[in-house]
Amino acid sequence: MLTVGMDLGAKHIKVVLMQDGFVIARVKRLSGFEQEISASEAFQEAISAAGVKHNEIDRICATGVGRKIAPFASDRVTEVWAAARGAIAHFPSARTVIDIGAEEGRAILINEEGRVKDFAVNEKCAAGAGTFTEAMARALEVSLPELGPLSLKSGRAVPMNAQCAVFAESEVVSLLHARTPKADIARAVHDAIASRIVSMARRISITPDVALIGGMAFNVGFLSSLKQTLEMDVLIPEFADFVPAEGAAWIAIEQFERAKAGKYENEVVRV
Amino acid sequence: MKTYHTEPLKCWNKAKELRDNYYRDYATAHDKGGLRWTGGAWSFDAIPAGLGDDVYAITGEPYAASIAFNKDFSLRCMEAAEAKGWARDLCSYMRNYWGSMYLDEFNFGGKYPKPDFAFQDHICCSHAKWYQHVAEYKQIPYFCIDVSVGPYKDLDEDRLMFVVNQMHESIEFLERVTERKYDDEKLIEAVKNETRSTSVWAEVCALNKAIPAPLDEKTMYSLYVLGTLQKHAKVVADFYEELRDEVADRVARGIAAVSNERRRLMSDTQPPWGFLKIFRYLEGFGAVSVGSLYTFALIGVWEDKPDGTWGPRATPMQKGVSIDTRDQALRILADWNLSKPEWQHFYDADLKSKMMLRIVKEWRLNGVMLHMNRGCEGLSCGIAENRLAIAESDVPVMAFEGNMGDEREFDEAKTRDRIDAFMETLGLEYLGN
Repeated sequence: MLTVGMDLGAKHIKVVLMQDGFVIARVKRLSGFEQEISASEAFQEAISAAGVKHNEIDRICATGVGRKIAPFASDRVTEVWAAARGAIAHFPSARTVIDIGAEEGRAILINEEGRVKDFAVNEKCAAGAGTFTEAMARALEVSLPELGPLSLKSGRAVPMNAQCAVFAESEVVSLLHARTPKADIARAVHDAIASRIVSMARRISITPDVALIGGMAFNVGFLSSLKQTLEMDVLIPEFADFVPAEGAAWIAIEQFERAKAGKYENEVVRV
Repeated sequence: MKTYHTEPLKCWNKAKELRDNYYRDYATAHDKGGLRWTGGAWSFDAIPAGLGDDVYAITGEPYAASIAFNKDFSLRCMEAAEAKGWARDLCSYMRNYWGSMYLDEFNFGGKYPKPDFAFQDHICCSHAKWYQHVAEYKQIPYFCIDVSVGPYKDLDEDRLMFVVNQMHESIEFLERVTERKYDDEKLIEAVKNETRSTSVWAEVCALNKAIPAPLDEKTMYSLYVLGTLQKHAKVVADFYEELRDEVADRVARGIAAVSNERRRLMSDTQPPWGFLKIFRYLEGFGAVSVGSLYTFALIGVWEDKPDGTWGPRATPMQKGVSIDTRDQALRILADWNLSKPEWQHFYDADLKSKMMLRIVKEWRLNGVMLHMNRGCEGLSCGIAENRLAIAESDVPVMAFEGNMGDEREFDEAKTRDRIDAFMETLGLEYLGN
């Protein structure tokens, strides 16, 4: 069975092509202003890479902030469900999923049956999202990939109190003027995000195992701060930023089988 | 999929008419030699009723909610309040009201009708400060009754008399500032009407335990509001009895508010008034909000019934209690209001959690939507604790951020996203409105 999961995120579009539950192609590209066109191109690239024709695909499921305009999709599910489903596929023992993308940070509590029990999302504030680190890297005049390793060189924790990305940037500038080492500032940035994320996740009762997905999972500095704040280890899949797209592809499989069994009616799919 | 028959409420237009009359009567009171006063929806409005039948109130919260619904005017009101130096995180009802006063514009046309006095109670700090400022700005007399006596379960004679004595004092104040002789008979009548209207409203809400729910919360907002305008008025008590009879008839005939009711929810606190369409969005999933502690008990007065369920508190008249004196009327009025469920959580968030879980159970709900209302410190305080208690009881719960009166603090797209995810957890697909 061939299924596709498409995650139309705020910054990137991720497409996963799955054959019988195994990923055979992944494509990631910038969302841009014409998200629908970008998604269509990413889709074409994925099936070309796998040598698959469009009409051979059994089912397509979309997720992400742009899911409602996703081309070709028959099923559309929220990021919460897709992230949970994708994380469970990697780590069946996961009960808490922390997903930090460019626009949003979210925490999801999963029950024993692998279903979403509760969730929390950061509200109207970039300080709990990936975009925040990009802004802070700019303020520190380092590249985004450099920010994580830089913060690991820090020798001390510097408090960063600003509650929003705009004021945090001002605080970073102030710290620079105070000749605070860049490594300490980078760590302060990651500590601040970790603190906000964990605070949000506590609203749903953090239950181990904890899986971390989304682009921020690649940031070693943030990972260190998160583990320290959580006071526990976290599970990270190899392609952490593709997990919601993979989840969507898994949901497409399940919906296909449900439809085949005639159980499609009244089930969640078209959100 | 099962669908229910639905039909409009017959008394809907009457509710609209009563509300229109209320604002018109207030605005034109001076034309007929009457008096105007201002205060909160929770003020003891039965007391000024003793000044005569030509005394009209404007209660601040529903007036400010009306402004919030009128987005252009609301924005101008907010900006007018901010231009005076008030912070954006103050009560948004208060800011809407003050803005209307500063701009000298009435939401229903004409100039802001200056009240002759302000009469309020102090359940939250904004409530008391709101009308203190109105009084200072408009140079009118102000009386505020402090009700900080703790939850009803702890009420004793001393605590009750703390409120009753202030009520007695308030009547002396009213006589002094209006130069009118106070009529105890009118007070007694108003107290009877208030106990009747607030008990019957609870009865209406209790009828919503039925499946399918005969009323949805968006509709209830247009009905409960009459109690927030003039709960002491005969016309409101009579209307609620008419409404109760119609709703009971709907239950008997299986008439639904939402034809595709599949899941039953409750909300919490004031909604974002400029975005009530989120309730219609819910209906697109077959989910109906059947009410909330706020809708049920801001005005409704409840008690434990012998069978263990929550039902309308029996009125003094139903208990055969005769009200003959001013003191007796004031004692009943104080006791009645202090038992109001929506007041209890000002003292203890745990009391609110217990009431919410009770509603979940008795109204057979599938989930709870909490509005983290940044426009009301009073009703939002403790919501995080409520959320935890509900989640720990294995009841699906979601929270969304917003503001009842300041649309600048409500993100409709994000809220719909939250709803989408919550509906998924309840196993619902969007079917369209």
